Amino acid sequence: MSTFLQTLFVGLRLGSIYALVALGYTMVYGIIRLINFAHGDFIMVGGYTMIFTIPVMMSLGLPAWVSVFLAILVCALVGMSTELIAYRPVRKKGTSMTALITAIAVSLLLENLAQAIPQIGPNPKIASQIFAAGGIRIADVTLDWTTMLTICISVVVMVVLYQFTQKTKVGRAMRCVSEDKPASILMGINVNRTIVTTFAIGSGLAAIAALMYIAQYPKVYTTMGSMLGLKAFVSAVLGGIGIIPGAMLGGFVIGLVESFTTSYVSSSMADAFVFLILIIVLILKPAGILGKNMGEKV
Amino acid sequence: MIKNKTTQGYILNTLVIALLLIGFSFIKEAYGKAGDFKLIIAPSIWQCCYLIILAASLNLTLGFLGQLSLGHCGFMAIGAYSAALLSLAAERAGIFTEKSGTAFILVLAGCILAAGILAALVGLLVGIPALRLKGDYLAIITLGFGMIIVNIINNLPFAGQEGLAIGSASPSLYKNGLGFGTALKVTYIWVAIVVTLVCVAMMFMFVRSKYGRAIRAIRDDEIAASASGINTSFYKGLTFAYSAFFAGVAGALYACSNATLSTASFAFSNGGILNSTFVVVMVVLGGMGSLTGSIAAAVVMFLVNYQIKNGMWVKLLPMWLQNIFAFPMLVYAVILVIVIMFRPKGIFGTYELSLRNFVSDMKKQRQSRLLQKQNNKEAMSHE
Amino acid sequence: MSDERKPILETRKLGITFGGLVAVSDFNIKVFQGELVGLIGPNGAGKTTVFNMLTGVYKPTEGSVLLEGHVLNGKKTHQFVAAGVARTFQNIRLFKQMTVLENVLAAFTKDIKYGMLDSLFRTPRFWKTEKELKAKALDLLSIFHLEDKSDYIAANLPYGQQRKLEIARALATDMKLLLLDEPAAGMNPTETAELLDCINAIRNRFGIAILLIEHDMSLVMNICERIQVIDYGVTIAEGLPDDIAKNPKVIAAYLGQ
Repeated sequence: MSTFLQTLFVGLRLGSIYALVALGYTMVYGIIRLINFAHGDFIMVGGYTMIFTIPVMMSLGLPAWVSVFLAILVCALVGMSTELIAYRPVRKKGTSMTALITAIAVSLLLENLAQAIPQIGPNPKIASQIFAAGGIRIADVTLDWTTMLTICISVVVMVVLYQFTQKTKVGRAMRCVSEDKPASILMGINVNRTIVTTFAIGSGLAAIAALMYIAQYPKVYTTMGSMLGLKAFVSAVLGGIGIIPGAMLGGFVIGLVESFTTSYVSSSMADAFVFLILIIVLILKPAGILGKNMGEKV
Repeated sequence: MIKNKTTQGYILNTLVIALLLIGFSFIKEAYGKAGDFKLIIAPSIWQCCYLIILAASLNLTLGFLGQLSLGHCGFMAIGAYSAALLSLAAERAGIFTEKSGTAFILVLAGCILAAGILAALVGLLVGIPALRLKGDYLAIITLGFGMIIVNIINNLPFAGQEGLAIGSASPSLYKNGLGFGTALKVTYIWVAIVVTLVCVAMMFMFVRSKYGRAIRAIRDDEIAASASGINTSFYKGLTFAYSAFFAGVAGALYACSNATLSTASFAFSNGGILNSTFVVVMVVLGGMGSLTGSIAAAVVMFLVNYQIKNGMWVKLLPMWLQNIFAFPMLVYAVILVIVIMFRPKGIFGTYELSLRNFVSDMKKQRQSRLLQKQNNKEAMSHE
Repeated sequence: MSDERKPILETRKLGITFGGLVAVSDFNIKVFQGELVGLIGPNGAGKTTVFNMLTGVYKPTEGSVLLEGHVLNGKKTHQFVAAGVARTFQNIRLFKQMTVLENVLAAFTKDIKYGMLDSLFRTPRFWKTEKELKAKALDLLSIFHLEDKSDYIAANLPYGQQRKLEIARALATDMKLLLLDEPAAGMNPTETAELLDCINAIRNRFGIAILLIEHDMSLVMNICERIQVIDYGVTIAEGLPDDIAKNPKVIAAYLGQ
C-alpha cells in the first residue's frame, strides 16, 4: 500500500511540474504553431538565474522564493529575444521546416552555451532549500508541502491564463491569432506584438515552473530542460495542444505514468513509455483528449 | 563519340572517381611520416565514410522528401549492434577464425547487408505510424522512436547490458568479431570506400528516377502529389525505409572501425557526432536536396570536428574561445543557427555538383554573355 | 439520346456535413464522355467542396460517387486518380521547386512500370521508359505552348502559364474525367481566350469529360454544354446555358435576394 501511495505522490509531484511547463508550451504552440524546442531550456535559464539570485535574496533577509521574480524577468527577456532574433525572421522568409530546425538550433545553442560559460559550466549546481520541508503523512508516506503548493500554483496559473485568454483584450487577441492569423491582421490585431507577448508570458511561466522544479529537485544542470521540455510537450499534446486545461490534464497523466512505470516496471523504460504514449495519442487521436480535429483546407 | 548527355555524365564522373582512387592509393604508399596513415588518415577515412553515408541518407528523408526525422541515429545504432552481434555469432560458430580470407570477407559483407536490412525493417516499422503526421509532430515522434530504440538496445541482455556496452565492469566481448584494430583498419580501408561509393550510387539512382520525382512532389505539395496519382503513404514509407537502410550500413561501418560499442554514443543529447542533430547539421549545411552537398558537408564537418578536438592551433586561441571549443556541439549549434538563418538552402541548395553541370553552366554563361553583347550591339545600332 | 450511354461521372444524393454545418446536400449530377459541364454558384456555395468529394479529399457523409459505374466513396485521392479522375486547384498547387517538365513527369508516376531494381541497375527498360515519358511530357506541354520552357523552375513561370502547367499535369494522369477548379481565376481577357482555346484543343484531342467550376461567365456561357447551379450546398437549377442565364432563381442567388 505504501509503495502505491509513494508512487502516487511522486507522480503528483512530477505531474504538477509537467503541468506548469506544459501550460507555457501549449500557449506558445497554440499561437505560432511551432514546437518551441527551446522552451525546456528557458526553464534551465530560469533555474540558473535562481541559483545565482537565491543567495542574494537570502543575504538581504528575503525568503528564497522571491528570486523567482528576477527569473521571470530574465526568462521573459530570453523568450522575447528568441522570438525576435531567431523565430520571426525565419517565419517570414522560410518554410515551416526551417522554422522547426531553427527551434532545434536555438535549443542546442542555449544548452551548449550554458555548458561553455565557465561560471555556469557543465557540472550541476545544487540550489538551497526554498520551501519548508515536510508535509502530510499518510500511511507512512509523506506528501510534501512543496508538491501541494506546486499543484495549487498550477491550478491558479491555469485559471488565470484561462480567464486572461477569454476576458482580456490581449488574451482574446492571442486566441484570434492562434485560430486565423490572416483574419487577425485584417481585424487590426498587431500580430507581431501579440506573438511577442505570448512568448513573454510563456517564458515567464517557465521561470515559475523552474522555481517549483528546483524546490523539489534541487539539482540544476544544463540539459535539465531538454527532457523536461519534451515530456511537457507530450503532456500538452496528450491533453490537447493549444488547450489550457488540456495541459494540466496531460501533465498529471504523464507524471503518474512515469512514476508508476518507474516503480512497477523499470526506471530505464519510463522515458520510453512516455514517448510510447505520445505515439499512441498521435495515431489514435492527434487532437488530444480534450481537442477537436481540424483538417487542412484544400 | 557518345552523344547521350547522361551517358557522357556518367563516364565523366566514373573517370574522375577512378582517378581519385588511383591518386589515393599512391598517397597511401608514399605518405610522409610512417605512422600517420595508419594512425590518423585511415581512421579518419573510415569516419568520413560513415558520416557521408549518414548525411546523404538523411538528405533523402529531409531534403528530398521534406520530412524532418530526428531518429536517424537510432537506425545507425541498430545497424552497428546487429553487425557487431552477427559477427560475434559467426566467430563463435567458427565460420572464421582470423580477420582475413574469404570466409571473413563473406561474413563482413553479410553483416553489412544484414545491418542495413534490419535497420530498414525498423525504419518501416517506425515510418508507418510516424509518416501519418506532419512537420513538428513527425520530428518529435521520430525523436521519441530514436530514444526508444536506443533504450531497447540498452536493455537487451545480449547487447546493452552485458554484451557490448562499455563499462569498467562489463567485459568488452566485442574485442573480437568485427572490431578492427589500427592495422586492420588500413588493410580493409577499401571496404569502407567501396561501400560508401556503392551506397551513394544507390542513392543517386533512387533520386534520379520516378522515385525521386515522386518524393520531391510530395515535399513540394503533398495534396497536389496525391491529386497527381502518387500514393503518398507508399513513397513516404519506402523512402524512410530506404534511408534507414543506409543508416544501418553506416552503423555497420562504425562497428567495423571501433573496437567497442556503447549506446551512450547514440544518445540524442550527447555532444558527440553520432547524435541525430549532428547529422541534421550536415544535411542543412550541405543543402537539403543536394546529395553532393551532403557529401561535401560531411567531409567539412568531419574536418571541423577533427580540428576542434585535435588541432594544434586551438592551444593558441584566447581562453574563452578554447572553452567554447571544448564543447564541439556548441560550434555545431552556432553553425546550424547561422546557416538556417542566413542561407537556409545550405551550400549547394538543390544543385548537384557535377563536372557535366559545371561544364554546361560555363557554356551557358558564355552563350548568354555573347547574346548580351549581340543585344547591346543591336540596341545601339537602332539609336 | 445521351441518357442511353453510361455516364463517366455520376453522383447520387451526394452530401457532406461538417460538425453541424451542412455544406452540400442531395447533389446529383451526371457527366457523359466528351461533355463539358459547368458548375457555378455564388462564393461559398460548396462547389470546391463537391470537387473535394469527387477526388477523395473529403469523404461524403451521405450519397455516393460513381466513376463509370464503380462506387468510389471512401477511397483515397490517389485511388480516385487511378480510377480516372484528375483535378486542378483553385489556388494553384504546383510542385514549385521542380521544373516544368518534372511537374508533368511526376504525374506519370502511377503508370510507370519499372521498379527499384530497374532504377538501381539502370536497365534498358528504365532508359526506354524515361525516354518515352519525356517525349509524352513535351507533347502535352506543347498543347499549352510550354514545351520550350520545360527546364524552367515552375515557381518562375508567370501566373497564366502556371495555371496551364497545372492543367497539363492533370492531363498527364491519363484521366477520363477532368475537374477544373476556376481555371480562369486571375486571368485577363487575352489569357482567358487562350485558356478557352486550350480547353477546346483538349476536348478535340482527348474526348474526355470535363466538369468546370468557374466565375467568369463569358467563359462558362461560351464553352459549357450544360450548367448546374448550386447555392448553399443545394442544386437550384440545371440545364442549357441560355436557360440558366434567364433563370430567376439563379439571378436571385447571385444578386443575393
